[in-house]
Amino acid sequence: MSPAELPFLGIAELRAGFRRGDFTPLDALNALLARIDRVDREIHAYLSFDAAAARKAAQAADLALPLGGVPIGLKDVISAAGQPCGCASRILSGYVAPYDATAVARLRAAGAIPFGRLNMDEFAMGSSTENSSRGPTRNPWDPTRVPGGSSGGSAAAVAAHTAFASLGSDTGGSVRQPAALCGCVGFKPSYGRVSRYGLVAYGSSLDQIGPVTKSVADAAALLQAMAGADPHDSSTLPAPVPDYLGALASARDLRGVRLGLPKEYFVAGIAPAVEQAVRRAVGHCEQLGAEIVEVSLPHTPQALAVYYIIATAEASANLARFDGVRYGRRTEKPDGLRDQYERSRAEGFGPEVKRRIILGSYVLSSGYYDAYYLRAQKVRTLLRRDFAAAFEKVDAIVCPTTPDVAFRLGEKSDDPLAMYLSDVFSVAANLTGGCGLSVPCGFDETTAPGRALPIGLQFLAPALAEERLLRIGHVYEQATSWHLRRALP
Amino acid sequence: MSTPEIDVRYVAQLARLALTEEETARYQTQLGQILEYVAALQEVDVEGVEPTAHPGGLQNVLREDEVAESFTATQALANAPRAANGLFMVPKVIE
Repeated sequence: MSPAELPFLGIAELRAGFRRGDFTPLDALNALLARIDRVDREIHAYLSFDAAAARKAAQAADLALPLGGVPIGLKDVISAAGQPCGCASRILSGYVAPYDATAVARLRAAGAIPFGRLNMDEFAMGSSTENSSRGPTRNPWDPTRVPGGSSGGSAAAVAAHTAFASLGSDTGGSVRQPAALCGCVGFKPSYGRVSRYGLVAYGSSLDQIGPVTKSVADAAALLQAMAGADPHDSSTLPAPVPDYLGALASARDLRGVRLGLPKEYFVAGIAPAVEQAVRRAVGHCEQLGAEIVEVSLPHTPQALAVYYIIATAEASANLARFDGVRYGRRTEKPDGLRDQYERSRAEGFGPEVKRRIILGSYVLSSGYYDAYYLRAQKVRTLLRRDFAAAFEKVDAIVCPTTPDVAFRLGEKSDDPLAMYLSDVFSVAANLTGGCGLSVPCGFDETTAPGRALPIGLQFLAPALAEERLLRIGHVYEQATSWHLRRALP
Repeated sequence: MSTPEIDVRYVAQLARLALTEEETARYQTQLGQILEYVAALQEVDVEGVEPTAHPGGLQNVLREDEVAESFTATQALANAPRAANGLFMVPKVIE
């Protein structure tokens, strides 16, 4: 295999090549670096990387380990000791993580090489990666369009084959939505399945680290390494971690699987090309043996409102730590401590982060707490009941990941509400604590002449049903070829 | 309940954010639109419904209180904007 072809491999193929001695981890890394040099100038998925440290790790790779010698890109919100972790924010420019996130430590223990910092919306707040203080990332399928967000760099790098796989974080869809818009696999584990230790907090009752990959099997391999209880994160679930990869090996069809089609997800506002592709994919699942059952999730129209109240409330509390005292940027010559707080934060945060801090502070403030925050928490309970009732009838829910394909850069920058609506199908998984998987299910060939734009199919399952969800996604993926199409030569 | 007007200037003070006049005006409009959107929640019947604070279902997660390795002062100060004598430096708090 020529070096130029190496970056197109997935984790399983890389590992097989290493073991056969066809090429070494250093060959693969060098091929990846050459490709980054060639294509990332335009895509801008990477914020930084340390090539020398990665080469050293590749030379020392232990191929007996499950991810031995495999470089993994990291969203700039996930800590890796000695690497920058700036959350694409001015307030954290120059910040170097003093420790490994548990997910990163576990990937290292499995032999992986945490490599490169990937662009994102500042503090994971956004759906397009345009809210990065370091400039936007472009969609490899059409560079005039956004890659989605907030893990836009993680998805664009995998789609451009400048990363073999990457990690993102998903608070309201931030792994699944960019994966859908970039034609990759994006997986959000159940709340508490992967430790949040070392993930810079946005919405603590919603955040999960998740993989962006070229296949469902690769997502299973990364989850396998990361999942499980962690004494550093008391919200991690104590349930044992199943053999995710082993579960895929025996999955051949969808016989005996009941898939729920939520009627509230196919309403006005969904792009015709997306609806068409998703309905065709559902038909395909039926051909593979699944039984399709209509289900109702009555509180779907309120889910996004619940999300934007709870997420911003939690964000306003979490981001209070950026005060210019212990880390991050401090304003010049402050006039007292209060002035130091107010101006360090004003200079350090971008417009969307400020918007969310203000909204979150408002819904938590005296006089409005009951009407907004407490009420949103109660509707969250109703939403959880909707899903619990649906999952009594079906094994998983199938629906679109996003209502539309990738939009143009700048198209929604001045309209925060329009931007928020791109998360309308993804927030429920975070609010209910379940797991969600997005897999490629087709392309919109009509929107941009000569430039097909990917469409994502989303499967949702209850908490701790990762194994089931990965099996379903794997069977569908293996029966199709959408995931094999290349965005860039 | 009708949508109350958000006092952006006051809330920004609570959040310790210095805003320009232009930012204040823009957020006033944008947050008004967002609050109008989330007002849909006022129509949901939540009588007798318990709030969900987090979806994990775990309660009272306890562990042994044991001494363990943690950051050294040098590590903790490594990202400080200003530090001296092993301490974070801040403007004078008490006159």
